[in-house]
Amino acid sequence: MTLAGILFVLGLISMLIRRNMIFMLLSVEIMLNAAGLAFIVASSHWAQPDGQVMFMFILSMAAAEVSVGLALVLQLYHQLKSLDSDEASRMKG
Amino acid sequence: MGVFFYITAAIAVFSTAMVVTRFNIMHALLYLIVSLLSVAVIFYLYGAPYMASLEIIVYAGAIMVLIIFFVMMLNLGPESTRLEKQWLKPGMWMAPALFCVILLGELVYLIAQNHTPVTGIKEVTPKEVGRSLFGPYILAVELSAMLLMAGIVGAYHLGRQQPKTLHRFLQSKPS
Repeated sequence: MTLAGILFVLGLISMLIRRNMIFMLLSVEIMLNAAGLAFIVASSHWAQPDGQVMFMFILSMAAAEVSVGLALVLQLYHQLKSLDSDEASRMKG
Repeated sequence: MGVFFYITAAIAVFSTAMVVTRFNIMHALLYLIVSLLSVAVIFYLYGAPYMASLEIIVYAGAIMVLIIFFVMMLNLGPESTRLEKQWLKPGMWMAPALFCVILLGELVYLIAQNHTPVTGIKEVTPKEVGRSLFGPYILAVELSAMLLMAGIVGAYHLGRQQPKTLHRFLQSKPS
């Protein structure tokens, strides 16, 4: 459980300090993975299958999120020629 | 059990910290794969072997391949091969390879020992997961199927190469 907390905090820190968009996507992955770890540990602690079911949903959600996120980053890269997220914040309309 | 858990947890935390602090995206991806593998070993230790294999297949397999393809798409060109030679110095891949070997050794030892989880942790078999998944959670399964469908359609729509559209006042006048 503590390990899940540590991993989540590392992902959150990375999300906050990195300005590269691929690194931000990676840190979202780290955080989702930490949440899944917490679900699995809770599932085996109470010997219920619900936590593992939730982990499967997290897994499918992460796959969909990564594909859409990468497509978005690709479009932004074609528009802005950079992976800096500050560039995108100046985008209006 | 305790020793294995602490070794694996240390590898997970260290490799995640390395992911956060790398400047090169490929090195970060290598360490992220190591981190996911160690989390999979922790799942195995906690009596969820099916989830461990799913973690390796989906996260370390599919999602990582997606991100690596994406990174390779972004820097095409003649200088990328030179960069690749420069990135793959032995010092860079030695540490993730060492971590992978440690994790593999743990897993082989645990399987050869006919590992059973310690008392207090009851193994949840894939059968129970399946019964629960298609019993009370059937609506959520349908919803995740819809989510994946929306993901496919959205990624296709966003990933198309749109022709560059400029407003007609911004275009240079042919004179």
